[in-house]
Amino acid sequence: MTRAAWFLASFLLASSAHAIDVERLDDPILQQRYEHLTHELRCLVCQNETIADSNATLAADLRRELREMLNAGKSDAEIRAFLTERYGDFVLYLPPVTPRTWLLWAAPALLLLGGMVVAALVILRRARTARANPAALEEEPENL
Amino acid sequence: MKQSLRFLVPAVLFAALVGFFVIGLQKDPSEIRSPLIGKSAPAFSLESLGDPALRVGTADLAGQPWLLNVWATWCGGCRQEHEALLEIAREGRVPIMGLDWRDERALALQWIAQLGNPYHSVAFDPEGRTAIDWGVYGAPETFLIGADGKVLHKQIGVMTPEIWRRDFLPLLSATGEGS
Repeated sequence: MTRAAWFLASFLLASSAHAIDVERLDDPILQQRYEHLTHELRCLVCQNETIADSNATLAADLRRELREMLNAGKSDAEIRAFLTERYGDFVLYLPPVTPRTWLLWAAPALLLLGGMVVAALVILRRARTARANPAALEEEPENL
Repeated sequence: MKQSLRFLVPAVLFAALVGFFVIGLQKDPSEIRSPLIGKSAPAFSLESLGDPALRVGTADLAGQPWLLNVWATWCGGCRQEHEALLEIAREGRVPIMGLDWRDERALALQWIAQLGNPYHSVAFDPEGRTAIDWGVYGAPETFLIGADGKVLHKQIGVMTPEIWRRDFLPLLSATGEGS
């Protein structure tokens, strides 16, 4: 049983160590920025992959474009702007906060807030019931 | 809290969720609106497919509305839409420029010889650089460019006579046709 688990776990390791992209930049700092950028840009052909992970021709073309821009001294912001001008915000795995995306960005906080409000209401109600009639507290689980 | 609210709140939330699904699931996630719409068409000047010594580019068709059709011989949808393109060419309202994307010249020439040529001219883009400038991510794609050089519309996927009449012709009438 444990052996089978280890066997399966080894697949997890293998998948993350494997890379599609074999091209390298001479400058290690540029290479680092290159790896960072390719991991935050979406491949539009296979939409759930980054261009670093994708085997699609378009992803290879975009990686080439990225390397050329990095070698030409373009900043990360300029490179992102180049791609969003052509492909829209959808290429970014981290979309900017705009009127169309604020709800998306605010959703985790809003959900947390909503949960806290509900929890507070439930706790307050129970506290009130308990104060009015201490015996009711024991019956509560059945009422739910 | 009223007892009825206990059922009403989840019911309303569920209805809202269903509403999101009804709208969301009918959209095609592979169709991404082009940020180029309303902007100037990205200029290019590439080798002509038929003759490497000739240049084909956006300047050739400036001052009139035209179509840019991105195609390739490896693209199945392009074969499907070829008849529709021939029909649009026969209609003669707008010239169609082809952008042969990441293709082999010999195969592309053979394709045109066999299936017919709907194109005013075909630009050859074997490295896909011009395609990236136009935000192309899958062939076939067809752009409508107005007489003022602005991109008016982008069709992602196979062109059909229905799509041509429904999405392109009204825009074409609005922009005013060239000669």
